[in-house]
Amino acid sequence: MSAHHGPAKGITRWLYTTNHKDIGTLYLWFSFAMFLLGGAFALVIRAELFEPGLQIIEPEFFNQMTTMHGLIMVFGAVMPAFVGLANWMIPLMIGAPDMALPRMNNWSFWILPFAFTMLTSTLFMDGGAPNFGWTFYAPLSTTYAPPSVTFFIFAVHIMGASSIMGSINIIATILNLRAPGMTLMKMPLFVWTWLITAYLLIAVMPVLAGVVTMMLMDIHFSTSFFDAAGGGDPVLFQHVFWFFGHPEVYIMILPAFGVISAIIPTFARKPLFGYASMVYATSSIAFLSFIVWAHHMFTVGMPVAGELFFMYATMLIAVPTGVKVFNWVTTMFRGSITFETPMLFSVAFVILFTIGGFSGLMLAIAPADFQYHDTYFVVAHFHYVLVPGAIFSIIAAVYYWLPKWCGNMYNETMGKAHFWTAFVGLNLTFFPMHFSGLAGMPRRIPDYNMMFADWNMLSSIGAFFFGASQLLFLFNVIATIRNGRKASDQVWENPEGLEWTLPSPAPYHTFTAPPKIG
Amino acid sequence: MSAEDTYYVPDQSKLPIFASIGLFLTVFGAANWLNGNDSGPTLLYCGGLLFAFVLWTWFATVIKENNAGMNNAQLKRSYVWAMGWFIFSEFMFFAAFFGALFYIRNFAMPWLSGTGDRAIETGTILWPGFENVWPVMTTPDMAANGASATTTGPDLNMSFAEAESIWNWLPFWNTAVLLTSSITVHFAHTAIKNNQRKPFNIWLGITVALGFIFLVLQVEEYIEAYQHMGLTLESGIYGSTFFMLTGFHGAHVTLGTLMLLVMWLRSILKGHFKPDDQFGFEAASWYWHFVDVVWLGLFIFVYILG
Ligand code: HEM
Ligand SMILES: [Cu+2]
Repeated sequence: MSAHHGPAKGITRWLYTTNHKDIGTLYLWFSFAMFLLGGAFALVIRAELFEPGLQIIEPEFFNQMTTMHGLIMVFGAVMPAFVGLANWMIPLMIGAPDMALPRMNNWSFWILPFAFTMLTSTLFMDGGAPNFGWTFYAPLSTTYAPPSVTFFIFAVHIMGASSIMGSINIIATILNLRAPGMTLMKMPLFVWTWLITAYLLIAVMPVLAGVVTMMLMDIHFSTSFFDAAGGGDPVLFQHVFWFFGHPEVYIMILPAFGVISAIIPTFARKPLFGYASMVYATSSIAFLSFIVWAHHMFTVGMPVAGELFFMYATMLIAVPTGVKVFNWVTTMFRGSITFETPMLFSVAFVILFTIGGFSGLMLAIAPADFQYHDTYFVVAHFHYVLVPGAIFSIIAAVYYWLPKWCGNMYNETMGKAHFWTAFVGLNLTFFPMHFSGLAGMPRRIPDYNMMFADWNMLSSIGAFFFGASQLLFLFNVIATIRNGRKASDQVWENPEGLEWTLPSPAPYHTFTAPPKIG
Repeated sequence: MSAEDTYYVPDQSKLPIFASIGLFLTVFGAANWLNGNDSGPTLLYCGGLLFAFVLWTWFATVIKENNAGMNNAQLKRSYVWAMGWFIFSEFMFFAAFFGALFYIRNFAMPWLSGTGDRAIETGTILWPGFENVWPVMTTPDMAANGASATTTGPDLNMSFAEAESIWNWLPFWNTAVLLTSSITVHFAHTAIKNNQRKPFNIWLGITVALGFIFLVLQVEEYIEAYQHMGLTLESGIYGSTFFMLTGFHGAHVTLGTLMLLVMWLRSILKGHFKPDDQFGFEAASWYWHFVDVVWLGLFIFVYILG
């Protein structure tokens, strides 16, 4: 039986693999490569914004950089990283032999390198890369788009197919492959949050496919979906896009909640406070995320009833989110806490993500948003939820589970160095954006008024600092894999979960016979 | 341990990477074609062929594994879940287009004509004279710019109100054909569950034929639209929504008919499917019921209320 083979040799191991650990590893390295690429684009942006005036790049190219940065980070870095973690951890956490459909799992991954090569290659095409922002509003992305938009559309189509297949696999695995005795309410929260995320993905990726298809038709087949002259409406684009877009931001944060809910109990040496309420809070957030999308469109000209509905619905999301933050803090309360690297990233997550949540609440106030909309305040908001939110949780997860993956322990001092440089760098980059935004600096511009110069210079310095800090991350991971000191099977002191009952590194095939769940 | 209680985890496989290459070449070729690059069609055809070949091999492999008894009950449940969620994703894809139609008719149209909740003057200033009438025969462009308009509406439309009588109204026959086919595929299902091979083959064959008839009628309707009604993709928002919804539905019927045809051939030529093991067929039949339900939505919102 295949179950007893080790990995194949050479490149074909990775091309043909059906092993959830191999595929998880592929996803994670791919995501890291995209993180560096998207990061490089961000640094081009910050270099241009270091001082007012145009110094380094043309405004046209600046727009391509903001667009590609957003697209690559959202679809190439954050989402694949979480799918990678899901691949590695879900079978280990629920006692399954692999993912439910291993060949389709490989397919889901290998679509991505093609999709992103195609997307990135638009930088070298006539007319340049997409320049209409990661939200690709029509008519910027239709009537006024560069020809490369066609390649962008098809790239979105196939990465959507990849996401849908990945999600189907995750749902089938969780619902069908749990070891006997692993009831739903015994599943680790990471599994729960991914189950709900997968559901969100299957519900909204097809809508994204729908909206890019309408764009394609408007561009190449003269339909009028987003063209008022024929009876369509550009605002329709925004509605359909954000019906996808808002759940999408939760797709990027729910698995993060799962990671943090795994790490904090381990280092606080207390069980997670309020497990059931975490499950219900996650479900409510997922439900609410479908009925708040137009908070991105307060200034587009909606009927007052619409403004009010979306304002209150959005504010409601703060309630289940608050439940989560409360539970994490209460888990730590009176725990005997130690601050190893994963814990540092997790504690920072709780604090900084909450800041992002609060700025979100400010933005949710429709009349106030008329002032904040499309300013750097919005940029500050979503970077606080995405960088110390999604990205920090991914980094925390890597430090937390790396010893289980490769069998070696990372160097704690180096881990802490990575944390503190990242922490300082990100706050230096994004905190000042609150101020420049409130003072009225618009987003997505290559040049700005003198009055914003100081904050921007700080942001740019912080950005390069944060960027450099990620090279430390790369170094740490490679150094651990190559010559880290041997990790124990348990790795941490009494961590909870089936994955820690396995040897470190986890054997190529695990749980070929389902484990007994106590 | 016997094969019955181990979950079958396949060995390494070349299928997915070639599926990725095929898919990539297909879309890369399509994008090049649309952008007017000469290499486009060749890339598209090569990619499409490769992709089809890989899918064929892939399904053949799964069938072989199943016949060899490698798929235990648990693995079969995975396929069931997967098909169910795949259909849900298709449902959401159509939801986007139905949602667009809903938004256009209930919000965009009134506002463009200067009425409704957002009765600010934008509509009246930008498109004076535009009236909120569905189907949109006179586009805002025509209302405002008369003869110099570039985005013009159709001469005739497909709505029920335009039909002379229900008997020579094509969508009615299309509905009849599709609904019947949903019933016949159900009969086929019952037959195979009762181990009645012959009725199964007959009912399934009839279903495939009905699917085919539907497609022929649909092509007929498109020819009519393009040649006699001036109704094209370019005729304003009515043409856009009409062809987008019916076109994607038609594409799905094509896929569904192909799936059922393959199932029929498998039964006729190879004697596949057993009373307790026929998920390949069952999945195709679920898909078929799904396209039927979508059609009902179309019939109501695009044709009757259209
Ligand atoms: C309490 C929770 C939250 C509330 C109330 C909230 C509210 C908002 C509002 C009102 C906007 C629109 C601002 C504008 O464009 O004027 C916004 C933008 C955004 N939010 Fe949040 N948010 C919350 C949490 C999150 C989370 C968890 C994420 C992602 C992990 C996120 C990601 C984003 C992104 C990416 C944008 C900007 C999209 C763009 O225009 O490019 N938000 N948020
Ligand atoms: Cu939102």
